[in-house]
Amino acid sequence: MLRARILENKLSSLYKAGKIVGGVYLGRGQEAVSATLGTSLIQGKDFFAPLIRDQAGRTAFGESLLDCTRTYLGSAQGPMRGRDGNIHRGRPEMGMPAMISHLGAQVPVVAGMLFAKRLQGTLDGRVGATCIGDGASSTGAFHEGLNLAAVEKLPLVIVIGNNQFAYSTPNSRQFVCADLVEKARGYGIGGFSVDGTDLLACISVITEAVRRARAGHGPQMVVARLLRLSGHGEHDDGSYVPDEIRKDHYGRDCIEVAIRQLLENCHATADEISSWENEFSDEVQRAVAQAQQESPPDPYHEDWTALSTRFPLPASQPTAQPVFP
Amino acid sequence: MSVTYIDAIREAQETLLRDDPRVFLYGQDIATFGGAFKATKGLAEKFPNRVFDCPISEDAMIGLAVGAAIEGMRPIVEMQFADFSSIAFNQIVNQAATHFYRTGMPIPITVRLPSGGTPGSGPFHSQSMEGIYAQYPGLVVLTPASVSDAYHMLIDAVALDDPVIFCEHKFLYRWLKSKSINDDHLPIGQARIVRSGKHATVVAYSAMVHEAVRAADRLQQDGWEIEVVDLRSVKPLDIDTVLASVARTGRLLALGEAFPWGGVTAEVVSRVAAEGFHLLDAPPQRLNARDTPVPYHPKLWAAHRPTPESICEALRKLLTF
Repeated sequence: MLRARILENKLSSLYKAGKIVGGVYLGRGQEAVSATLGTSLIQGKDFFAPLIRDQAGRTAFGESLLDCTRTYLGSAQGPMRGRDGNIHRGRPEMGMPAMISHLGAQVPVVAGMLFAKRLQGTLDGRVGATCIGDGASSTGAFHEGLNLAAVEKLPLVIVIGNNQFAYSTPNSRQFVCADLVEKARGYGIGGFSVDGTDLLACISVITEAVRRARAGHGPQMVVARLLRLSGHGEHDDGSYVPDEIRKDHYGRDCIEVAIRQLLENCHATADEISSWENEFSDEVQRAVAQAQQESPPDPYHEDWTALSTRFPLPASQPTAQPVFP
Repeated sequence: MSVTYIDAIREAQETLLRDDPRVFLYGQDIATFGGAFKATKGLAEKFPNRVFDCPISEDAMIGLAVGAAIEGMRPIVEMQFADFSSIAFNQIVNQAATHFYRTGMPIPITVRLPSGGTPGSGPFHSQSMEGIYAQYPGLVVLTPASVSDAYHMLIDAVALDDPVIFCEHKFLYRWLKSKSINDDHLPIGQARIVRSGKHATVVAYSAMVHEAVRAADRLQQDGWEIEVVDLRSVKPLDIDTVLASVARTGRLLALGEAFPWGGVTAEVVSRVAAEGFHLLDAPPQRLNARDTPVPYHPKLWAAHRPTPESICEALRKLLTF
């Protein structure tokens, strides 16, 4: 989570310096939740569909910092090759699909990835996870996807980061149930609540949700209460968040809490934490410098086609190869 | 012994399930019940755990198919009616259709859309949505008009690595019969001249091919020879075959059952005007459904879509320009 925070601080500076076109969307304040989920998953086996505030989870799941900097800075060598930007990136072949902007849409996609593995007989204790926010819990896609995952009894973990504001819209204009976790009962799935600013609590709760999904108990929902410590994007100062909300319990910085927890429990020393900061800053600098040196996409060398099939097809028909890849 | 258009679709799915372990069927009421139109009758029994009933969640159905395709499967999703695919529109045009362009990984899903009008079906069970999907990059949009095409094109659709919108015409399901499924099939993306003529070209697809042939039969009695081109695939669009036909006849009527604003017929006319203006002896014409929702009452419905009468009228105007 520290690596993600340092990376995102750098992205914010680059944006404010005019070096990033489009938007920059940070997960500041949500790193404890996201990183815990990312580390609870097994790279190369599990699936993870991150959303816009999941830099920490992406990094924990094994995404390279270069994938991030190349996509933000428009390098042709990034996974999206300049065709998509910022947080709209992924490596579906490695179990991390690329999000689209339409919220809730990744829920059934992760369900489908798991469904495929079940059909292929290789589900083998695999889980799929995705993150959304309080706003996305109002979408039809969220409802359809979660209900379908429940009907299919898939090992899906959905983590709702309730950061109290969907862009500028407060919870009171988003839903009226006392706690979003009440929705889990309606879907007939497991439901957990956690203080998203408390790393140790996140580790205990999210790890348990992942364990239950892996053990075959069907979809699990975790609702993490927290506050977004940035605007919706770096273009937004978040001035609609009242001071009393910023000052209350959930307005605290999860990184500061985590550092305190590490020190109090003797998991790390102040020197170690300081050396991590230096190490991660160097990593971030290198990833930014490399992406900045790389060529942008060249419109004259694009093939400008959205299909993998090249038409016209020859008279001989393509034939289905009945073999699993 | 004869084979109907819906039989061909069922047979194609049986062939696909038998020959390709990556294929599974996902849709509402398609397992034990065999589907609202019986396009999957008996398949759930023959292929256990390959044919699934799903909740009434069109968005999630396509989302699941996309995820399964990422992991190497070749799902076929049945929308109970094409009209309901509007609920899945986001997953189709934003998730499936953008995926290859964005990530380099194609999404081989086939979405079957029972399309077009039948008497008494009304505004929400009658729509023709090929034009809407064709407008988006990243989709292949197919509109088979014959029993053999329904079979071969569905098999070819699943073989394609890209997402395919497979528009089946509900009116043809049981009305259209053939002695057998023949081996004479063209690759996806190639149009077929189903009737040759020299005075005017009608470019049609799906059920309208048959209405065009009826109109051509009538006009033949007056000595007019009308060429009918079946597009088969509206995207990609085989403009070469269309232009070659217009070169022979000098006159074009683009015919479709969808709503009139934009769409496939507008695309055909626009391309012929741009690329074959010198071939035209008369202004190219379009004939579509009317610009209202598809009406319920059979009398209104019959006057909403193009009919042999309205096609003949349009052709006579075109022929005497």
